[in-house]
Amino acid sequence: MTQPLRRTATMSGWGGTAASTATAVEPDSVEQIPAILKESATHRGVIARGLARSYGDAAQNAGGAVVTTDALDRILQFDAQSATIRVQPGVSLERLLQFLVPRGFFPTVIPGTASVTVGGAIASDIHGKFRHGSFCDYVETATLVTPSRGAIEISATQNPDAFWATAGGMGLTGIVTEATLRLHPIATALMRVDTTRCADVDACMEAMVDDSLGERYSVAWIDCTASGKSLGRSVLERGEHAPLDEIPANRQPDPLRYGHGMSVPGPPWAPSGLLNPLSVKAFNELWFRKTPRHPHRGYVSIPGFFHPLDLVRGWNRIYGKHGFVQYQFVVPYGQERVVRSILEQLAQHRCASFLAVLKRFETQNDGMLSFPMPGWTLALDIPVARSGLNTILDSFDEMVMQAGGRVYLAKDARVDPQRLRVMYPKLERWESIRGELDANRTMRSDLARRLGL
Amino acid sequence: MRDALGDVQSVLVLGGRSEIALATVQLMSAQRVQRVVLAVRDVASAAADAEALRSNGCAVDVVAFDATASAEVHAEFVRTVCEHTDIDLVILAFGIVGDQTVADDDVVHTLDILKTNFTGAVSVLVPVAERLARQGHGTIAVISSVAAMRPRRANFVYSASKAGLDAYASGLCDAYAGTGVHVMTVRPGFVHTRMTEGMKPAPFATNVGVVAEAIVDGIRRKRNIVYAPNILRFVMPILQNVPRVVWRKLGA
Ligand SMILES: Cc1cc2nc3c(=O)[nH]c(=O)nc-3n(C[C@H](O)[C@H](O)[C@H](O)COP(=O)(O)OP(=O)(O)OC[C@H]3O[C@@H](n4cnc5c(N)ncnc54)[C@H](O)[C@@H]3O)c2cc1C
Ligand SMILES: NC(=O)c1ccc[n+]([C@@H]2O[C@H](COP(=O)([O-])OP(=O)(O)OC[C@H]3O[C@@H](n4cnc5c(N)ncnc54)[C@H](OP(=O)(O)O)[C@@H]3O)[C@@H](O)[C@H]2O)c1
Repeated sequence: MTQPLRRTATMSGWGGTAASTATAVEPDSVEQIPAILKESATHRGVIARGLARSYGDAAQNAGGAVVTTDALDRILQFDAQSATIRVQPGVSLERLLQFLVPRGFFPTVIPGTASVTVGGAIASDIHGKFRHGSFCDYVETATLVTPSRGAIEISATQNPDAFWATAGGMGLTGIVTEATLRLHPIATALMRVDTTRCADVDACMEAMVDDSLGERYSVAWIDCTASGKSLGRSVLERGEHAPLDEIPANRQPDPLRYGHGMSVPGPPWAPSGLLNPLSVKAFNELWFRKTPRHPHRGYVSIPGFFHPLDLVRGWNRIYGKHGFVQYQFVVPYGQERVVRSILEQLAQHRCASFLAVLKRFETQNDGMLSFPMPGWTLALDIPVARSGLNTILDSFDEMVMQAGGRVYLAKDARVDPQRLRVMYPKLERWESIRGELDANRTMRSDLARRLGL
Repeated sequence: MRDALGDVQSVLVLGGRSEIALATVQLMSAQRVQRVVLAVRDVASAAADAEALRSNGCAVDVVAFDATASAEVHAEFVRTVCEHTDIDLVILAFGIVGDQTVADDDVVHTLDILKTNFTGAVSVLVPVAERLARQGHGTIAVISSVAAMRPRRANFVYSASKAGLDAYASGLCDAYAGTGVHVMTVRPGFVHTRMTEGMKPAPFATNVGVVAEAIVDGIRRKRNIVYAPNILRFVMPILQNVPRVVWRKLGA
């Protein structure tokens, strides 16, 4: 067996905050993973790193080892009959889409970017515009290499505790080396999208709950800079895989061609001040105005509907050198006022938010640290170049916690560890399962240190 | 760990009774700080300061530390303090102004000032920086002084010691680039504390609250050099260029 490449590297998450330095270990085969875990046991531990699209410090490990999964990117087996695919952990969702869509299948849950790995998707139990489940609900089985129990097969029926501790477990139970995913059949590569402008947040939530259209996907883009009467004015998009008979004639001959659209580079460097409340306001105004006043229906590509931001490469750099945090929380149905109140305060504090996305969930799985629960989830970006931000966000956390909600670990970079315990009532149970899988805490990350996990 | 907004969870203060450092830690302890280690000459003397910080909900350890100890002792000290947990922030705050009139006639006193402020500081900064590099992250805030930028007749030995420290900190910052360790130099002007008690305040004299805020903000923004009050950032380059004859006349 060859030795994996090692080098010293300074790493941070997508938000570009709290960088730390570690040894990046780059295995070129999954067989090398058990040895890497063994070597890391005595030092400062090890954590897996996919495409580093988590915003905070989940995929970095100061002074220890960080296993990158870039080279573990093979599609192992595709079975149209059972609608499943078996892959290595470093396979990206973009790669899956390229492979699956032309064959008439779709990964059931995909997030707001296609640049995430299957390993990262499992570790964060990611969700998307699909409201009936999260990623791990569609993981048939996976192989997990653990420090204490070696390689084990995990699924909802085999080693279920280990499975549900790994779903959303932020890589702290071990390294996923293989996974089999359940797929959704599709007839075309186009999305039918119904777009509606909503005057305020109440109208938006009302429209989202009304699922007379019965569509599979929904999302609302909220203009965070609007206040007063137009607080939470938004653009609601509802999508469904377009059936064959609906798509334009020119697409009929090749209905499953996976469209890419074009990609424009983001700025290589941008001054911190670029993104001020004024420029954000102008951007949001444009976004809102470009949407027709009356509901309308259109057909767009898969990336156009699911990953509009992927078309701007490196957009995260526009926040400048101090980076940004994404604040994402979920609150149960009945706690709509928390969403409203947070939007109000954001407008009040003029916390420039480039993006605010409102989605809803209808289900929740057994993932002990999984984020989704039936309710509303709001995600927004905030540049960090200001003091006092933790105080504002702490007050949001408090409201969310009191409402029985939680913040999303894949986005988090700052939550108070004590509140986290209340937000995730199954955390204690998770800790005891983790104790069985990794008795000496070989799996470690900056996030784990920061939150005392 | 330091979080995305620059708040830290554990702090080691070298010179743990320094009024400037205590005001800084006090400010931070309202946020995410969970553990504070106060390293002081006389452990008993820091009891009240430790208690005040505990009332903010942090765990506080007071440990014995003398800046003038040998390099071996310093290395051992750092090993012990960092044995079981990471230190996110180290504030190097100890220092003495000494008495220039005594130093004028007594080389022993001159060397005492240098041994505390310069060689003492360097001999503890070496193991501290090494340790933080091994943990892959951390900030070192070195309290220098604007005196490092232009020596005054009235305290030039102190100025010389701070100039040495200031230059060392700046080099250390470069030497540790890419290791996850950040070194920030803090240059306060005249601050009303025990150290300056009874002295005639210099222009732009300030209080510990202002310095503490500047330090916390500097850590948040990963600044290389912080002035307190900030106006000294603009005033000091001017003073550095005042001709020597004028400087002497100013009685500086
Ligand atoms: C523009 C954008 C939009 C996004 N939209 C959404 C969204 O709509 N919904 C959503 O849920 N998330 C969303 N995210 C977040 C993203 O989906 C998650 O952070 C995801 O985990 C990132 O995957 P990654 O491969 O980049 O993993 P990384 O960020 O590299 O790692 C994330 C976690 O996964 C662990 N991990 C990675 N590989 C493995 C492995 N093989 N075995 C075990 N653990 C592993 C890491 O240790 C870490 O804890 C978005 C992110 C961006 C940048
Ligand atoms: N105050 C100002 O105007 C001013 C201006 C610019 C820079 N500074 C610098 O700011 C730093 C903090 O000063 P401060 O104003 O907060 O004064 P301070 O309260 O007097 O603090 C200085 C501390 O240094 C400690 N100390 C002195 N010698 C030591 C040694 N050998 N070993 C260990 N500790 C020792 C002292 O400990 P004991 O408690 O045991 O005496 C004292 O607590 C100093 O480096 C100072 O030079 C101050």
